[in-house]
Amino acid sequence: MNEERRDFLGKALGGVAGIGGIAALYAAKRSWDPLPSVKAAGFTTIDLSAAEENVLHVDKWRGKPIFVLKKSADMEPNDRDIVIGEDRFHVSIGLCTHLGCIPAYLPGEEKFKCACHGGEFDTSGQQTFGPPPSPLVVPPFKIDGTKVVLGEAGPEYEQMKSAGITA
Amino acid sequence: MAKFEKANSVEEWLDQRLAINKVKKVMAYEYWIPKDINFLWAMGMILAMTFGVLTISGIFLLMYYKPDVNLAFDSVNYTIMSEVGYGWLWRHMHGVAASLVFLIIYIHMFTGIYYGSYKKGREMIWLSGMLLFVTFSAEAFSGYMLPWGQMSYWAGMVITNLFSAGSLELNGLVEWIRGDYVPGDAFLTRFFMLHVLLLPLVIMGVIGLHFASLRIPHVNNQEGEDFDFDEEAEKYKAGKKKESKVIPFQPVFLSKDVFVMGVFMIFYFYLVFYHYQFALDPVNFDPADGLKTPAHIYPEWYFLWSYEILRPFSKDIGLVAFGFAQVAFFLLPFLDKSPNTKPAHKRGKAFVAWFWIMIVDMIVLTVMGKVPPVSPFNEIGLVAALVFIGLFVALPIITKKEKAV
Repeated sequence: MNEERRDFLGKALGGVAGIGGIAALYAAKRSWDPLPSVKAAGFTTIDLSAAEENVLHVDKWRGKPIFVLKKSADMEPNDRDIVIGEDRFHVSIGLCTHLGCIPAYLPGEEKFKCACHGGEFDTSGQQTFGPPPSPLVVPPFKIDGTKVVLGEAGPEYEQMKSAGITA
Repeated sequence: MAKFEKANSVEEWLDQRLAINKVKKVMAYEYWIPKDINFLWAMGMILAMTFGVLTISGIFLLMYYKPDVNLAFDSVNYTIMSEVGYGWLWRHMHGVAASLVFLIIYIHMFTGIYYGSYKKGREMIWLSGMLLFVTFSAEAFSGYMLPWGQMSYWAGMVITNLFSAGSLELNGLVEWIRGDYVPGDAFLTRFFMLHVLLLPLVIMGVIGLHFASLRIPHVNNQEGEDFDFDEEAEKYKAGKKKESKVIPFQPVFLSKDVFVMGVFMIFYFYLVFYHYQFALDPVNFDPADGLKTPAHIYPEWYFLWSYEILRPFSKDIGLVAFGFAQVAFFLLPFLDKSPNTKPAHKRGKAFVAWFWIMIVDMIVLTVMGKVPPVSPFNEIGLVAALVFIGLFVALPIITKKEKAV
């Protein structure tokens, strides 16, 4: 028996099987990726003209709840607001930035409160209490008259993004 | 080829071909167990049996369950519960066994800790056992997704969000795990696969490893006594059964084991028939709704202690503490620096105190994990979480000072 030959055959077999194994892992990873159909169904249009002050409207975008809150005059303006004419709106993904529960809106206290771990946010979505590490996330949006299209990034969104005031 | 002679019985025929007598000897009739043990040593076989019950009840549920977000809820709550003959029985057996299996795992774990059964050559028993705890946890979590009720959905949301690793914001990883932006159809189907195929396979493999890891260091005993198993086995085989410190697994050990298993089964079926509600959260009888969080989200009782370690801290510190809680018990054989392989009460006051504080702390964490996140529960939970971490920091120090006995 030729040891060198066996050694070579062993390495060749190992090499080919290894490459096959890595290729299979890549295929396995790709199989778990979100499907193209899931990714494509990603746009929601919301008409803001129907919103009432201090009343939370909840919509849906990519399976996630979207908070739409028309601010009243006593609520502090914020750079994260969407401004249409005279009106200011807070629009955000309604998932607590701690672990993703949906905070409830308390109109009397004018704040969002998460039941899971007690986190709180103000009417601009800034965290004010508890474990949430960051403000509620503003989804990519584009203003179209009195409507906003979620999923598409307009100039106002890009501006917020570059100012670093939304994730 | 081996020589085969005409066999005179089925047993002999099989023995010629499969060496079944040798297998029986190695696996049972001459597998030696210490005599000086108590009912707590029966927990291992109770766990093996409960896993069997889960597998069988699971097979029946599998025949009618539909892993589809539109069909799953009704296939469980309507088809299985009210159409399938005795479908309710399989479901209640499955749910109650899934809950009890963790109770027994905890008893089994703390028996091991009390008697020092993770030390001196028994490290692999402990590590493979902890690996089983982790895979059973994953199995329980994936199973909890399947009825696709509100608790399924929101537990799925919260637990998969943990993988974003706090400020690292690994949202891509979370979406990859889910196969969607939120838990959806892809998520349900893949967790179904994990629950009924991949994880059970892993569990069976690790159970094999866990049993194999007992072979060389052998089962511990009540006094932590170190004796020569071969010598004691010879005594037993020579008829000096009273003098010998060991008994064979079958029929002697099993005869008492089966008694404890019988008591457990009475308790188990009592729960299945009369108190199954504790294992079926009422909130999970509302269908999953991605636009409505239940007022209060909490895991099943067996995950509450580690959930409570996550809760009182800020997000990143909470995740680190939670990660620590998941692996802390793995480290036990390496944090315990004591030279003694003895039951806690023989190791000195410090370790006894450590053991009981740990038990009380885990009970406090469990209770605090269930109550709403308000004062003073938040503060009590914070203290209990700090005590938990502190106990693992203190362990090497107090065990190093322990005198050899």
